[in-house]
Amino acid sequence: MAKFRKKGKGALPAVSTASLPDIVFLLLIFFIVSSTMRETDLKVRYQTPFGTEIKKLEKKSLVSYIHIGRPADQKLGTAPRIQLNDAFATPDKIREFIASERQNMSEADRNKMSVSLKADGEIDMGIITDVKQELRKASALKVNYSTRKGTQKLIFENLR
Amino acid sequence: MRRNTNARINAGSMADIAFLMLIFFIISTTLDTDQGLLRKLPPDAEAEPTNSKKRNTLLVLINSNNELFIGDKKSDISQLRQAAKIFIENPHNLPDLPEKEFRDVPMFGQACLTPYHVISLQNDCGTKYAAYVAVQNELTAAYNELREKASLKYFNLHYESLDEEKKSAINTIFPLRISEANPVEIAIK
Repeated sequence: MAKFRKKGKGALPAVSTASLPDIVFLLLIFFIVSSTMRETDLKVRYQTPFGTEIKKLEKKSLVSYIHIGRPADQKLGTAPRIQLNDAFATPDKIREFIASERQNMSEADRNKMSVSLKADGEIDMGIITDVKQELRKASALKVNYSTRKGTQKLIFENLR
Repeated sequence: MRRNTNARINAGSMADIAFLMLIFFIISTTLDTDQGLLRKLPPDAEAEPTNSKKRNTLLVLINSNNELFIGDKKSDISQLRQAAKIFIENPHNLPDLPEKEFRDVPMFGQACLTPYHVISLQNDCGTKYAAYVAVQNELTAAYNELREKASLKYFNLHYESLDEEKKSAINTIFPLRISEANPVEIAIK
């Protein structure tokens, strides 16, 4: 690294790497600004359905996530499961989860809380409605059905 | 210990340190921003709106075979957007579409609206989630198109570029009224 500092005997001077830290720091700052911390380890696999009328969620700190999909670990079978934080859960655990998420927010933000349902498009509505009913009981009424941007053709195929 | 007034910190390792931090950030963060369809669930205590008249309700049902029914009639999803738009707006004041009423709207004064309309979205426990989201998406599209049309008509601007006050005025004219029914009731039917 410090080679360039020595007065080399070679004919060609080494390329200066003095600006390398600056370049890397720039990259670093870009990543810090544009990304968010990965909060949970995903234990379920899911591919959210397609949509065209989608909106971006504004404040990440106000959003809690509920992941629903088939277990990533093949040994656990293929029945859809709910994941809250880092572990599988049953629908009746949702109220507890919402309460603890509320605890972590500042008082002013609590009523702005929203829940994002990140669910696999191929699973049945049964489990989703269970989750929705629990969310109503926990009075977490702002819900986001997480979707990917897709074309109309991809969306319509689900009903044919 | 060396006492050198011209001592300099060796900046050569700075790049290594920065690379380490960079790699840490790349691994521990995600880039994807969450996006989707925003909905407000009805409060728990509140019963489903059963008091509304038949003309005010559009029943949209998806059965367990992912077939779509608009008001008891089997239809294709491509027709849903148009059907929902006509239902929400009732442009010709037809008697079998939602009641129209004059209401005070901020920035517009009196306007003829359909304040009681409800799109009742029902699904079976076996409906595919993607199909449900597809229908939600089409209904949102219907509202968005109506709002866009009104925005162009009254403000000569796109809905997305309006300020909050104007947006909420347009939202008063076309309020999002989608009722997501209780699943238990469907299971009995």
